Amino acid sequence: MKTKSLLLLAGLALVASKVGAGSPAPATGTISGRVTYTGTPPKMKPIDMAKEPSCAKQHPTPVMTENVATGADNTLQHVVVYISAGDTAEAIPTQVVRYDQKGCQYLPHVLPMHAGQVLQIFNDDQTSHNIHPLAKVNPEWNKSQPAGSAPIDTKYDKPEFIPVKCNIHPWMHGYFVVLSTSHYAVTGQDGSFSLKGLPAGKYTVSAWQEQYGTQTQEVTVGTGETKVNFTFKALPY
Amino acid sequence: MTKKSVLVTFALGIATVFIADSPANFAQESHVGNLAGNASSGKQLYRRFCIGCHGPEGDGNGENAQWIDPKPRDFTAATFKCRSTPTGTLPTDQDLDHAIQRGFVTTNMPSWNPLTPQQRADLVAYIKTFSPRWTGEKPGTPINIPPETAVTIQSILHGRELFQKMECWKCHGPAGHGDGPSASTLTDSKDNPIRPYNFSTGSRFKCGETNQDLYRIFITGVDGTPMPSFADVIQPNDAWDLVHFLRTLQGLRTPEADMWKKYAAEHATEIKPIGPNAGGGR
Repeated sequence: MKTKSLLLLAGLALVASKVGAGSPAPATGTISGRVTYTGTPPKMKPIDMAKEPSCAKQHPTPVMTENVATGADNTLQHVVVYISAGDTAEAIPTQVVRYDQKGCQYLPHVLPMHAGQVLQIFNDDQTSHNIHPLAKVNPEWNKSQPAGSAPIDTKYDKPEFIPVKCNIHPWMHGYFVVLSTSHYAVTGQDGSFSLKGLPAGKYTVSAWQEQYGTQTQEVTVGTGETKVNFTFKALPY
Repeated sequence: MTKKSVLVTFALGIATVFIADSPANFAQESHVGNLAGNASSGKQLYRRFCIGCHGPEGDGNGENAQWIDPKPRDFTAATFKCRSTPTGTLPTDQDLDHAIQRGFVTTNMPSWNPLTPQQRADLVAYIKTFSPRWTGEKPGTPINIPPETAVTIQSILHGRELFQKMECWKCHGPAGHGDGPSASTLTDSKDNPIRPYNFSTGSRFKCGETNQDLYRIFITGVDGTPMPSFADVIQPNDAWDLVHFLRTLQGLRTPEADMWKKYAAEHATEIKPIGPNAGGGR
């Protein structure tokens, strides 16, 4: 009897502390840094869009594949850096996440979003695309979107890294990165990222690269900027 | 005593969590017409008839799978080709029953018409135990198919315009022979090569043979394959026009093909080719 009521009390206290966590702690912490590689990454190849002239003519120089996009000083682009643990539960952001099919490319190549957030998919091209996100945890669907058709409104309820492809234009590849946080960033060509607006505390930060997978680091954030860098080992194939 | 009861409560809690996560608690029933299917009866039938290709785990990795193309369905993914429901949603029990009864032409899946309706309903119930989606989700709402419009040359011509505009020819080819410019690059959702349907091979499709079936295929899409859903981009009457045109691509004599041949003979100079050089259509 005594043990039980003690346990109950402990449980209640836990719940209470969770509820209490929403109270205003100044969210001024920032995690920023750069993502780089060591080793030799594969050479990105030019994409031949000759089969789709309306797209080919939009690119005076050929578009390159993007599975390992690099910059000067061994930086890695298109890496998603996000808080994978330690974030307090938050409301699903109300702003719409936009994804474009333009020049037979996906823009952006890697698109992070919060689970449940509205995703709007546009076809800006003069050709049909079929948008086919190869989800495994979430339902897999495949929709035709001819030139000039209305944007597709959708959302994903569960966190997942979802490869996206167009079967008509097999060179089109991208990713939907569905996260249970809105503290995320995608590295630019200089490999840099910044996660802003974090309350002080301990976090797990993850960096995901489509070919090299995920790395994590434990980070303690104060009220200012905390530096974190990630280094992936690149293989030439 | 008190400690013991706490422990028991704790153990019960764990057991509940465990049961909730184990396949044993996934959907156990199916309803096909007036029949209720039972998964434990279905399991016996599955082990006798289905396991060789679809595998003991239902993941499509049975011992015959390596010799089979296209690969047997992976029931753990709960992605199904032939549905009456929108793309990305679960099929109805009736859809699964139809698939078992009909079989899939151009694949190794035979028709299981010799099984009794009760046996098929039991199999449907068992197939649904392989994915947790069947406990958390309901099947999609079947699409509405309006009554078929009249087969006229106007309908066929409009269907032909849609075939060009929707770029069906990119995979299925200008004459529907499955030889469009993207055809050779197609893969299914497991990265296995897959061919687009060749309309000249007959009158049956993977998901049926009637005009309603044909309508349903391109509106719902064939999930797990490159064939997308056109539900958002083709209006119902336009969809019937496309059905009528598709029937002209078949090798068999169809009323549509006769009508088209007659028209084509009389208007040879007016007919624009389908494909990249068609000009309009966009």
